[in-house]
Amino acid sequence: MKLFKKISIVLLATIIFTACSDDDNPTPVNEEEVITTLTATLTPVAGGDVITLQTRDLDGDGPNAPVVTVSGNLAANTTYNGSLELLNETENPAESINEEIEEEDDEHQFFYQATNSIATFTYSDTDGDGNPIGLEFQLVTSTAATGNITITLRHEPNKEAAGVSDGDITNAGGETDIQAVFPVTVQ
Amino acid sequence: MKYYLLLLICCFYNTISSQNCNSNFSGVVQDFHDGTPIIAATVYIESLKKYTTTDNNGKFLFENLCDGEIEVIVSHISCETKRLNIEIKGNSYFKVSLEHHIEELGEIKIEGKSNNILTKTSQETLLKSESLERFSASSLGDALKLVSGVSSINTGNSIVKPVINGLHSSRVVVMTNGVRLQDQEWGIEHAPNIDLNTAGSINVIKGANALAYGGDAIGGVIVLKPSRVSLKDSLYGKTIISGQTNGRGFSANSSLTKTYQKGWFMGAQASLKRFGDFESPKYNLTNTGLNSKGFSLNGGYKSFEQGFNVYYSFLDNEIAILKASHIGNIEDLVNAINSQNPLVIEKFSYDINPPRQEVTHQIIKADFYKRFENFGRLEAQYDFQNNQRYEYDIRVGDDKNKPAIDLTLKTHSFRTSLKVDSNSSSTYEFGFNAGFQDNFANPDTGVRRLIPDYDKYDFGVFAITSLKPNENTNIDFGIRYDFNRIDAKKFYLSSRWSERDYDKDFSDIVIDDLGTQLLTNPIFNYHNISASMGVSYKIDEKSSMIFNYGLSNRAPNPAELFSDGLHHSAARIELGDLRIKQETSNRVSGVYRYENNAFYINIEPFYNHIKDYIFIEPTSTEQTLRGAFPVWSYNQTNASLYGIDIASNYKFNQQWSFNHKSSFIKGRDLKQRIALIDMPSFKTVNIISYSNSKWLNFNSELQSELILRQNDYPNYNFEVYVPTTEEFVEVDVSTPPPTYHLLHFQSDITLNLSTKTDLNIGLNITNVFNISYREYLNRSRYFSDDLGRNIMLQLKLNY
Repeated sequence: MKLFKKISIVLLATIIFTACSDDDNPTPVNEEEVITTLTATLTPVAGGDVITLQTRDLDGDGPNAPVVTVSGNLAANTTYNGSLELLNETENPAESINEEIEEEDDEHQFFYQATNSIATFTYSDTDGDGNPIGLEFQLVTSTAATGNITITLRHEPNKEAAGVSDGDITNAGGETDIQAVFPVTVQ
Repeated sequence: MKYYLLLLICCFYNTISSQNCNSNFSGVVQDFHDGTPIIAATVYIESLKKYTTTDNNGKFLFENLCDGEIEVIVSHISCETKRLNIEIKGNSYFKVSLEHHIEELGEIKIEGKSNNILTKTSQETLLKSESLERFSASSLGDALKLVSGVSSINTGNSIVKPVINGLHSSRVVVMTNGVRLQDQEWGIEHAPNIDLNTAGSINVIKGANALAYGGDAIGGVIVLKPSRVSLKDSLYGKTIISGQTNGRGFSANSSLTKTYQKGWFMGAQASLKRFGDFESPKYNLTNTGLNSKGFSLNGGYKSFEQGFNVYYSFLDNEIAILKASHIGNIEDLVNAINSQNPLVIEKFSYDINPPRQEVTHQIIKADFYKRFENFGRLEAQYDFQNNQRYEYDIRVGDDKNKPAIDLTLKTHSFRTSLKVDSNSSSTYEFGFNAGFQDNFANPDTGVRRLIPDYDKYDFGVFAITSLKPNENTNIDFGIRYDFNRIDAKKFYLSSRWSERDYDKDFSDIVIDDLGTQLLTNPIFNYHNISASMGVSYKIDEKSSMIFNYGLSNRAPNPAELFSDGLHHSAARIELGDLRIKQETSNRVSGVYRYENNAFYINIEPFYNHIKDYIFIEPTSTEQTLRGAFPVWSYNQTNASLYGIDIASNYKFNQQWSFNHKSSFIKGRDLKQRIALIDMPSFKTVNIISYSNSKWLNFNSELQSELILRQNDYPNYNFEVYVPTTEEFVEVDVSTPPPTYHLLHFQSDITLNLSTKTDLNIGLNITNVFNISYREYLNRSRYFSDDLGRNIMLQLKLNY
């Protein structure tokens, strides 16, 4: 019987040491890395209307699709200075994601594409290695036409691959953090 | 010390010599269980070197003994030898009970065939330590593929989940040293966290016919048992060291056991594995290494009548996941699928970078048993498991070193069973178990929980009876009832809540509204009934048949109910469903076995009808800011799975033999009238082996493994618009990879270093011809080829 006494002691000890879980409600998680909102602000170099392109997805990876808005039409044959703002609006106040990208600028690059040759893009910023990032850029519109402007953010792209520093996404690799398509009219 | 002994002996001598030496010592030797006399048992008085044997009534007699203490050894073939200290005072009578069914005690039976199967009427296969040791450096799932009908579902090469007749995850129960493993049930990425080196043998039972282990094992039960402890004064152990070319790694495992004749035993085991990036024939598989550490301690007391065992095990696995499988959105997935090579190939490294998993599993167990004469055996066990799982994704900024998943799963369970086996033609077993599980999903990850916090309560009772109406027939019946309760606290995005229409059916479980998120408290109760019936019949000396039927219910697991979120390495959004009900399986199966001296064949057909079969399938795509993602939802249908497993062996002569294993399975979705997703394809393994005991126990074998393309698959391919190329492309997530054929070679010799020590040197070459292939059931197949050639040298030292 001694044997079983010993076993019971071991059993009891384990139960005491490991039991008890609290019945509190779990704390909610507000996702820190989620980017809900991307806004591209296009300011004409020679003056004129500022155009914003925005995509906003307040439920993050939830079922609702992002809402895309374009504030107006772009002027033909015009040079715009572009800048991007990235926000996490699931937090209050909204958190800017720009800083994170700037801190790890060598691991991020934006790519700009336009259909129907409605615009061409050049990078206005560089990371520590002299490669482009794309938070700042310049956009030159063509003659009147309609098309899509696609903005893609790649995480850990191969910035040294052929064409990547000129904004060609083909060889970039990495993984996509943002991808937004804006229907645009140039007039 | 010597003097004391001398003194003691003198005293004894004095007392003995001064007493009467005309005493008779008589007695009876009988079976412990049913009290029947044991004929021709040897009774030996050690100190006097006197022998006798029992007569037809189990009786024995020694005449003219001196009074005093004597040591008597009672032995009988196929029984456990018993030592007794008996005091003779005048004419003495003594009843000795021997254990007749020695295999139940788990002793090593020296004569005849040891046949430690757990069930008599199921499709069951036993893997012994000799076969398992070869897999010392690999995973449980790899070793189990030795059993026909068992395959695996993988994420890369280190996360391997066993699949029994097409079923896996929570449909397969894994028992290790009597403990039901709780860590591997959710989804494909959660492999059983188990060190194969802790197992002395493994029994694989197909189907839910082992009700003692749980009623929900629709796929089957895998029982890992530690090496058996023999009751003698001994110290023994073994060390296995292996080094291999693929992954440029090593694995070491060492164990030491001390046993005492009186029944006490203790043992310790430790293992270590370290691998760098593995490689396919053409390229390095960047970030696929493994770092595993584990140890276990075991101790207790064991005698025929009673015993106890205390066990602790610790295992920490750090597993790298192929970097090229980490995907940002569907466009990346398209690129990855369409690219012949992985998108990230770097130089070899031992680094384990994100994406990676780190899982720590601890088990504490205490059990005891007691046998009651002419009645049966009572067992009770308590165990506790702690599973800590971290999954690290590739993250940015301050979150870089934070896990994306941080789950702590704690499980307590208690079980007890009573086996009434006093009658050898009918035994009864009754059991009860209760369990409590607590899952905690740490919010500090900054990522919405994929699996929520929950408490789970389990309660089960069962009764099993085994009848033996005649020498050639065994019949088993079993019935089991299980109650499961899940009490979860889960946050839902308000948008998801209404998209799934939960606002209509589940509005009463919302306990807090945080604007964009809702806190809910789903509580589900499940009542499950399982039953099994089996008959085995020995047709003649060479052939036998088994037929069995099993009914089982499985309650949905937390992943199937609550999964909600983005799985990066699969580039898919996975959604559970609160409406999922339990699934019910009706399985009939049979075994036909023929065996003569040179040849055996085992044929195992089965048919499994599963009502409300739970599975995950692609259902749509969702747009996020990152782009489109395919959505995979848990769904239910009625399914039928059927197939046949064949294993056979032919011995040409003492040296040469041929071994064959095949398994064929079909899975149908009866509602949609299409094939089931993720069903293993036809596989056949043929082995030719040569062994010669004269050449240092030389063994070698050449194995051919042929896996045909799965032609029966559901087509879930879909089209998606890719903005960067401005076109619609088809995302081929369905088409299985082509047929492949691999050759493996293996050879070993054994050197006897001393009477107690031997050294086994083994050479294993897998994928001899360095063939490039992809396996349908490997989730990394979209991204890279499977492993190329591996040469492994293994040293096994037994001492």
